[in-house]
Formats: sequence, structure tokens, C-alpha cells
Amino acid sequence: MQREAVLNTLVFLALPAVAVIALVLDEPFAITLATRAAILALAAVGLNLALGLGGLVSLGHAVFFGLGGYAMGILASHAQSYAPLDLGLFVIEGTKSMPVIWLTAVFVSALAALLIGLLALRTAGVYFIMITLAFGQMFYYFNISWPAYGGEDGLSIYVRNSFPGLNTLDPIQFFGLVFAVLAVVLLIMGRIERSPFGLALGTARQNAARAETVGLSPFHLRLVAFVISGAVTGLAGALFADLNRFVSPTMFSWQMSGEFIVFIVLGGIGRLFGPVVGACLFVLLEHLLSGVSEFWLIYLGAILLFVVLFARGGVIGALAGRGAHHG
Amino acid sequence: MPWPGGARTMADPLLDIQGVSKSFGALRATDDVSLTLLSGEIHALIGPNGAGKSTLIQQVAGGLVPDAGRILFDGRDMTTLGTAERARAGLGRTFQISALAMENTVLQNTVLGVVGASRRVWRFARSVMRDGNARAQAEAALERVGLSDVAHVRVGELSHGQRRLLEVAVALTLRPKVFLMDEPMAGLGAEGSASMTGFLDGLRSEAPILLVEHDMDAVFALADRISVLVSGKVIATGTPADIRSNADVRIAYLGEEGAP
Repeated sequence: MQREAVLNTLVFLALPAVAVIALVLDEPFAITLATRAAILALAAVGLNLALGLGGLVSLGHAVFFGLGGYAMGILASHAQSYAPLDLGLFVIEGTKSMPVIWLTAVFVSALAALLIGLLALRTAGVYFIMITLAFGQMFYYFNISWPAYGGEDGLSIYVRNSFPGLNTLDPIQFFGLVFAVLAVVLLIMGRIERSPFGLALGTARQNAARAETVGLSPFHLRLVAFVISGAVTGLAGALFADLNRFVSPTMFSWQMSGEFIVFIVLGGIGRLFGPVVGACLFVLLEHLLSGVSEFWLIYLGAILLFVVLFARGGVIGALAGRGAHHG
Repeated sequence: MPWPGGARTMADPLLDIQGVSKSFGALRATDDVSLTLLSGEIHALIGPNGAGKSTLIQQVAGGLVPDAGRILFDGRDMTTLGTAERARAGLGRTFQISALAMENTVLQNTVLGVVGASRRVWRFARSVMRDGNARAQAEAALERVGLSDVAHVRVGELSHGQRRLLEVAVALTLRPKVFLMDEPMAGLGAEGSASMTGFLDGLRSEAPILLVEHDMDAVFALADRISVLVSGKVIATGTPADIRSNADVRIAYLGEEGAP
């Protein structure tokens, strides 16, 4: 348990360390890589609440990632063209303000998670995986065929959105902002894991009958977890879009959902920092191996196979030893 | 002396099962079963394997909806309520095959009972294991069943008998109005069985117990009333002495396994 705490701290500090070293060495691309890793980690931290603690293998979390991305894309594109957004009932102005965009992303993805969860959580196991996948594909194909915001080609935002007091176009400042968001979300997730709700959700995963016998509804517990989970992944989507200054339907693709699951499995299922380790490892391998071979995903596949076969607790589990991750 | 059927000497029954039936295809697993659980008593349900005890328990606990009949709980019709709602209404159930969070510690499992009973699950920020009040209640329940020593052990590492005790401890944290216990003696061994018998004996004054049990020594030592279920039907209800001397019961059930 102690070792895991030390390891978590090291992992957590590795990201800003890389960014600062890159700043000193004047390697802005490395800062961008660290930012990318932090954002993907955030998306997977969101999924980890549903998947790790709740046992809900969602193959549709790209829906929330994409919705967050398009929340940013749509609001910013209206701001950049000075054309208000007509929603029928009311008209809103576009915005370039990150806090407003983040709130919108969180709200929209939470709402989508609520609606998807209400349907999908009535099933379990393979059916749950299939329903979440189906929702993912629905959103993906809708966005490809919806011409208003670029359709298949995606949508470019020329200037990164603003955050009060920061120059977000400066890579290290944007990294700092992203890292601060990740830190706050990890803190909140750690608290949720230890809370009465977290205990109940974990119990519902291990034995649904036990939760019911003490008067708790596994469905309600899972639904709330799914909504929080989707909201966090949506927030990551907004940041991801801002990092690239570009949104496209690939944010909704099932491969994206699959990558989030890969981060979690790689780092350690149900461990708070598992997705962070997994995402960092993924971005690192992507960077190192894609230079070696076009087919770098084969190597990633081999590593993943090794983890699943020989290190079920993921990288954190292998390094920290077995033991409860909470309590 | 037969039990004074119908003429209630005490308050209305806390649990009132009225003409409950459940069929699976052609099999009538529960056939017009009626029984009551009065305040302060242990009512044992016995019967050979396949008599329909498990089906009846599931209907009382909320896992199965009966085809016909009603189940009243503290005067309230709960025939169609779900398991969680019945638990909130005051039904404390223990399972024949332990249903516990195996990766969690004994104390965590017990604290969850306190969380469920206090309806304080929708709290996201405070550490549940640092909630002194919840912890104290959980520790008190563990103390009562004698599991204090293993409070921080994961349930997966417990012996079968210890898991039975933990089931009972979690049920205690619910402060239920009625206990529904499915073979609490199973796997306890002679010594454990004797101490569980002593424990349940005292528990009936807190809340009555509907006890399903194969251990006939325990049943005849504990029960105020016994109902015998054979092929989905209650063939007799009465005091242990009545059941012992009941000819139908001897033929249908006790005769097969040797009279106690």
C-alpha cells in the first residue's frame, strides 16, 4: 500500500518533470506530448470510475470524449465566425472562454451519459459492451454525415481558447492548465473511491446481491457512476480538441473507446493512477515506436498481451505488489 | 397442543405470507403456502431437498414475484417490491451461499451495511472508513458475532464458517424488523453450530427470525414453531413437539432421514 502511494507520487510528478525538462532544453514538441498524455489520462481516469470501480466495460466512452470535443468546436467556431448559435428555442453566442466551454462539455456529456446509461445499464456483460458500442457508432456516423461542422473532414479552430490570466498558446502554460485539471480530477476521484458511494459501487461490482440486501440499488449506483465517468471523459474531450485546435468524428470512433480501455488495463484496472500510467506509456510508445516501424501497434499489442497474461494488476500492480488499492 | 391457528395472542404478524404460489413450467415449486412470523419468535422452515424452500425464500426476499398470493410485511403489501426496497423496509437477509464483497475487508463489508441502513450512500467526498459513527456500529456488530480479530482481513481469505458469521454481522447492522436466514449453520462445524445456536437464541428478542435450516438439532433447539415444506406445500405447522409427533411429517420427511 505504501509502495503504491510512493509509486503514484512518482508517476504523478513524472509528467511535469518531463514538461519542465523539455522547457529547459527548448523542446516544445515534448511538452505537447506530455500535454497529450495528461489529456488522454484524464479521459481514461473518467472511464476508470465506471470500468474499474463499477465493473462497467463501456466500449462507448468515445461518445463523451467526442461530445466534449464538439462542445468546444461548436462554441469556438461560432465565436470565430461571429455567428450566434441558433438552438431553436434560444440563441447563444459562441465563446472562446475555456471555463465556459468546459462547463458545457461536462454538462452535455453528463446528460448523454444519463440517457445512454438509463438504457444500457438495464443489461450486463456482453450486452452492455454491445449497447455502448452501438451508441458510439451512432454518434460517429451521425457526425460524419452532419455537414454543419465539417462532417467527415472535421473542424479547425484557428486560435486556442483562452483561460483568464494565462497565455494558452504557450505550450508550458497550456500544459500547466491541463495538469492542474488532471490533478483536481484525480483528487476528486480518490475521494469518491473512498466515500460511502465508492464502497457501495465497488460492492455492487463484486456482488450485486450484497448491495441489494443492504437496501442499495445497483442500477442507481451504476447510473450515477456512469454519469460522473462520462462527464470527466467529456471534459478531457474539450481539452483534447483545444490541444489539437481541431475536432473530427474520429474522436467518436470505437478505436478511441478501445484506447481508453487499453490505458486502464496497461496501468492497472481500478487503480486511481492506473490510467495515468497507461496513457503516458501509450503516448511514449507511440512516439518511440512509430519512428521505428509503421506497424508500431503490433508491439503495443504484444505488451498488452504480456500485461493481461502475466501482470493482471497492470504496471502499477506489478511494481507495487498485490494489495487492496483502497481502504 | 396445536398452535392456536388464527387466534392471535400477540400483535399482528410481522411477516405474513398468504397463499403464495410459484410455478416453473409444470413444476409447482411453491403451492399455496401460508405462514406467519410473530414478534419474538423463531419460525423454522424445514423440508427435504427440492421441497421449494429456496423458491419460497426468494419470494420473501424479493428475487422472485409469486404467481399468486400476497406477502405482507409489517402490515404492508410487499409482494411486488424489489430486494433493495424490502431491505429498506426492514428485512435482514443472510444467504445460504455467502454473498459478500470478496475483495473488501470484513470491516468494509460491515460498514456497507451501516451505510445502507442509514441511507447515507449518496455522499461522495467523505471517507466512509473514517466515519467514526459508522465504524463504531460496524465494529459492534463484528464484536457480537466474534469477528473483531479479522476485521481487517479480506473476505476472500476467510473460512467458510467465518463468512457465515459475517453475513449475520452485516444483517445486524441493518437493525431489521425481521431476519430471514438461509442455513446459517451450514459449514460451521459442531462447535460453531452450537455457538450460532446460542447467538440466534438471544437474537429473537430483537427481531423474529424466519430460519431455514438443515441442522435438525439446531432447529428443534431453537424454533418456537416449525413449518414443514414438502413438494411446495406446507404439510404441517406447529411446535417442535407437534412436529415430532406428526404422522404425516414422519412419513414425508423425518422418516427418510431418521427421526430426531
